[in-house]
Amino acid sequence: MEPILEVTDLKVHFPIKKGIFAQTKGYVYAVDGVSFTLNKGETLGVVGESGCGKTTTGMAVLQLLDITSGKIVFNGKDISDISKMPFDEVIDFRKKVQIIFQDPFSSLNPRMTIEHIIGDPMRIHKMFGEKEIKERVAYLMEKTGLRPGQAGRYPHEFSGGQRQRIGIARALSMGPEIIIADEPVSALDVSIQAQIINLLVELQEEFDLSYIFIAHDLAVVEHICDRIAVMYLGKIVEMASYEELFLNPRHPYTKALFSAIPIADPRAKKDRTLLEGDVPSPRHPPSGCSFHPRCPECFKTCNIDDPVLRNMGNDHFVACHLYNRH
Amino acid sequence: MNHDDVLLNVRGLKTYFYTLDGIAKAVDGMSFYLDKGETLAIVGESGCGKSITALSIMGLVPQPAGKIVNGKIYLNNDDILEYPESKMQDIRGDKIAMIFQEPMTSLNPLMTVGSQISEMILRHRRVTKKESWERSVSMLEKVQIPSPGRRAKDYPHQLSGGMRQRVMIAIALSCNPQILIADEPTTALDVTIQAQILDLMLRLKQDYETSILMITHDLGVVAEVAQRIIVMYAGKIIEEGNVFSIFENPRHPYTKALLKSIPKFGNRTEHGREPLQEITGIVPNLYKLGSGCSFCPRCKEAMDICKIKDVGLTDLGNGHRVRCLLCKSKREE
Repeated sequence: MEPILEVTDLKVHFPIKKGIFAQTKGYVYAVDGVSFTLNKGETLGVVGESGCGKTTTGMAVLQLLDITSGKIVFNGKDISDISKMPFDEVIDFRKKVQIIFQDPFSSLNPRMTIEHIIGDPMRIHKMFGEKEIKERVAYLMEKTGLRPGQAGRYPHEFSGGQRQRIGIARALSMGPEIIIADEPVSALDVSIQAQIINLLVELQEEFDLSYIFIAHDLAVVEHICDRIAVMYLGKIVEMASYEELFLNPRHPYTKALFSAIPIADPRAKKDRTLLEGDVPSPRHPPSGCSFHPRCPECFKTCNIDDPVLRNMGNDHFVACHLYNRH
Repeated sequence: MNHDDVLLNVRGLKTYFYTLDGIAKAVDGMSFYLDKGETLAIVGESGCGKSITALSIMGLVPQPAGKIVNGKIYLNNDDILEYPESKMQDIRGDKIAMIFQEPMTSLNPLMTVGSQISEMILRHRRVTKKESWERSVSMLEKVQIPSPGRRAKDYPHQLSGGMRQRVMIAIALSCNPQILIADEPTTALDVTIQAQILDLMLRLKQDYETSILMITHDLGVVAEVAQRIIVMYAGKIIEEGNVFSIFENPRHPYTKALLKSIPKFGNRTEHGREPLQEITGIVPNLYKLGSGCSFCPRCKEAMDICKIKDVGLTDLGNGHRVRCLLCKSKREE
């Protein structure tokens, strides 16, 4: 498998500025040393609770945020510092990496028609002539399950699911290689979610896309992703293929996360490991392993040393001292 | 249905909204009951009328657009729709309490959480301020907030989302209500926090012998907490039954499709990936409901007659009722 994106030790720290001269009083460690590889045609899921840094990771890969340190390599090119790249390479990168947003209601300009929403990116990048752009808009609308006849309408005339289709068509218009989908179905009704999930799976095969799928719904992630990275407080705590992770979760946080999911089966009896407390603030992450204050299996090294992500075989990566002892 | 332990009995409730766009029949003829000590879940997608049903029971339908045009709501055999507002205020919080979806917006940001709980106790019980404060602190302890004495003096913004929802539960249970209405109590929370809150609610339900009316769209949550389920679609009950008959033997095409459309955790690992079953089309516009079954345009098993004929609920026995022509047998209503 050929890697399309390699992220090494990515850190994004946001300064907290206070006082009259806006002095930096501290940092929010939103993403704190994340490394992963995305292969061609693969879907990598990033799961975690709110505030764990999954969206920030996506934004950093898109270069919509300044990264603090780390290296991002896309198609063999280092894109970690976009300000030092030649202009045409930046443009190429922008076209090849696209995003689908969570909220289809706020991510479409209400004053633009669908034709403009999908077609304008192609106009800005001068990718095609006007006639071809019109044809491509119609083609993309059809591919994403919209009626091309509705191209003259405005976003408010569409339902949530249809708007998410518009967002997907817009992302596809650039001919991307990677699409970062940031919670693409969590704002949708249950009966609509299945439509969008199936659409994303179909489009991946047809357009040979690689996805980074950011979500908190583990059932959706398991359905759609080839590999899954579990994040906690700015770090990846476990990463493995979907089967490996489902059958053999190793990190205590992953286990707790799995046992917390409500199962739509009234006969499913399960002993739940309830986690105590809340996710700590990323401003003051705990010492050592950031999960140790909530961890049911915490022992004495956990609050001193920060565990590193280690391959346990079968490309199953875990960052936990429980598996370092021997 | 003449049990002795029916606590809340809703008969033919119709709540309409009169707006410039026309009349929206948000709740259109709901009849159901809630037994003592039971957990009843109302499931449905956004706009199906589940929250308006709850607000109708609370007497909190947004005025002046919304109006209860018909129906009766009996609490312990008294029709509370006939009550004047002052009497409703006595009932709200004391007999029926409610937890809202957004713990961020449903607490007063200018009051400490302790005084928000004691406000409720002072309104309904004859206690001194000091006693009410002590009870607030003990309520915070019951909802497992660490160092409750100190936390009672905190303002909502100092608490996390899960903690705020615990405070909401503490307020709701502070006067030991007979009915707790929970409107999507965990939707805004993370899964690990959701598990904590659901666990807490079920435990407190037993301690306080409260009946819970849970409103949610999450079928996983329903399967875990509810004994009986009502599935709503476009303002109407389309299926009702106990949790096992709904999950194991759903009869309405919408319920069936809904259960099949959600991915189940572990399904792909165990059975490989199959496309999810989609429900085509969109949730109907409440302003433009025609005659016939409102699910008919999206229904795979629709017949010609479904477009014309309004169908009542068919009783399938064992409390399982369904609104579908495919299941016609002896009729109720």
